[in-house]
Amino acid sequence: MKQRNPEIDMNDVVISIQDLYKSFGSNHVLRGINLDLHRGENVVVLGRSGTGKSVLIKIIVGLLYPDAGSVNVLGKDINSLTEADLRELRMQVGFSFQSAALYDSMTVGENLAFPLRRNNKQISNDQVRRMVDIVLDAVGLSQAINQLPAELSGGQRKRIGIARTLILKPQIMLYDEPTAGLDPITCIEINNLINEVQRRFNTSSIIITHDLTCAKETGDSIAVMQEGRFVAQGSFDEVFRKDNDLIKSFYQYNFIQ
Amino acid sequence: MDSSNGQPDKPVISPGVDRFFVNVHTTFLFVARFFRELFRFPFETREFIRQCYMVGYKSLALISLTGFITGLVFTKQSRPSLSEFGATSWLPSLIAIAVIRALAPLVTALICAGKVGSSIGAELGSMRVTEQIDAMEVSAINPFKYLVVTRVLATTVCLPILMAYTALVGLMGSYLDVHLNEQTSITFFFLKAFSDITFLDLFASTFKAMAYGFTIGIVSCYQGYNATQGTQGVGKAANISVVISMFLIFIEEVIIVQVVNSIR
Repeated sequence: MKQRNPEIDMNDVVISIQDLYKSFGSNHVLRGINLDLHRGENVVVLGRSGTGKSVLIKIIVGLLYPDAGSVNVLGKDINSLTEADLRELRMQVGFSFQSAALYDSMTVGENLAFPLRRNNKQISNDQVRRMVDIVLDAVGLSQAINQLPAELSGGQRKRIGIARTLILKPQIMLYDEPTAGLDPITCIEINNLINEVQRRFNTSSIIITHDLTCAKETGDSIAVMQEGRFVAQGSFDEVFRKDNDLIKSFYQYNFIQ
Repeated sequence: MDSSNGQPDKPVISPGVDRFFVNVHTTFLFVARFFRELFRFPFETREFIRQCYMVGYKSLALISLTGFITGLVFTKQSRPSLSEFGATSWLPSLIAIAVIRALAPLVTALICAGKVGSSIGAELGSMRVTEQIDAMEVSAINPFKYLVVTRVLATTVCLPILMAYTALVGLMGSYLDVHLNEQTSITFFFLKAFSDITFLDLFASTFKAMAYGFTIGIVSCYQGYNATQGTQGVGKAANISVVISMFLIFIEEVIIVQVVNSIR
C-alpha cells in the first residue's frame, strides 16, 4: 500500500468541486459531487464502469459543462472562463486518456513535441528535443521516439500518453482508467509511474479507476463513487472499513483475482 | 467546449423534426465558427500547405484521368450530331463552352467530394471517436482551427486550381479526337476553343469551384468533427460527407447557373 505523500499541503486546494450535477437526458450521471484535491495529493476516484467517473474529470478540464455546481481549478471557476483563459488553464492540467488518444499519423517524438510547439511558437528545435528526451526518459521509453503509435503496446501507449501531458509541466494530472486493459505487470509499472510523476514533477492528481490495486498503490486518499455520488471518502483503510456493499464487492473481486 | 451536453427528455415536435432543426442550428454555428476562427491569429500556415498537398496534388492522377476521358468521350458523342449538319468545325468551341462552363467544375467537385470528402470525414471522425480531438483540446490546442479551418480553406483554394487543370486536360482529350479525325493543329484548336469563352464564363466557373470546395470541406469537417458511435460513426461520417456534399453541389449548380444566365 502507498505511503501518504508527506509533502501534501492541506492548506492549498488546487481543485475544489462543490455540489456538482450532470445529466444526459434522463440519465442523471453526477448527483451532488463534492471533492477537494490538495497540492501534492493523489486522490483516487473508485467506482464501477458507467458511474460517471470519466464525466467528472471531463468537467474538470472543461470538455463538458456541468448542469449545476461549481468547479474551481487553481483558483479559477471553470464555468466562467473565456475560451482563451480556459486554454491557458489547460496548460496547467494534464489529462491522460483511457485510450491514450495518441495522434495516429505522428511518431512518438512528434506526438510529444506537438503540444509544446503549438503552445510556444518561440521554442527552438533544440529545446523541444531536450524536453521530449526528458519526458521520454521519465516514462522509460526513450527508444520509442521514432515509432508510430500503432507499433506500441497498450502499456507503452499509456506511458506515451502520460509523457505527452507531462511535457507542458502541468501542476495537476487527471488519469482516466490508467490501468484498464493492461496485464498485471504492466499495471504495476503504470502505478509506479503515477507515483514517480507525483514525486518528480510535484503534481497533484485525480486517478479514475475501477482497479483496486491501482487505488491502493497510487492513492493518498480514495473516494468511492456509486450512482453519481461519493459513498465513502478517506484513506484506503478508512474507506474499506466501511459497511458498504459496493466496497465489499470490490474487495471480494480483488481477493478472487 | 465541443462535447455534447444534455438533451431534452421529451421531443418538442417529434424526434426526427427536432433532430433536423438541431442539425440546422449546429451546422449554422459550425459555419459561423469557421469564419470567426479564419480571421483569428495565429494562422496554421504549415498545416494549410499540407492539406493543400493532400487535397490538390494527391487528387491530380484521378482528376487527370477523369478530365481527359470526359473531354474525349464528350467530343466523340457530340461529333455524329454535328456532322449531320456539317458543323464539326464547331466542335472545339462547343466542347470548350461545355467543359469550362459546366463539366470541369462539376466533374472536379464530384471527384473531390468522393475522394477528399470521404477522406476528411473518416479522418476527423476517427480522431473524434478515439478522443484525439479531445486530447488536442486538453493540450490547450484549438482543434477547430488546426483541423477544420485548414481543411476547409484547402478545399476552397484547391478546387478552382483543380478545376482549371481538369478543363485543360479535358480540352486535351477533346483535341486528341478532333486531331485524329480532322488533323487540326493544337494552336487552331485552342484558338477556336477559346473564341467563344468570355470573362464571365471563367469567373463563374472559378466561383462555382470555390463554392463547391467550401461545401465539400465544411460538410466533411462537420460530419467528421461531430462523429459519434465508435467505428460505425466513422463510416457513417465518411458516407454522409459524400452524399450531402454531392447533393448540395447539384443544388448550388442550379442556383449559380440561373444567376449567371440572368447576368449574361
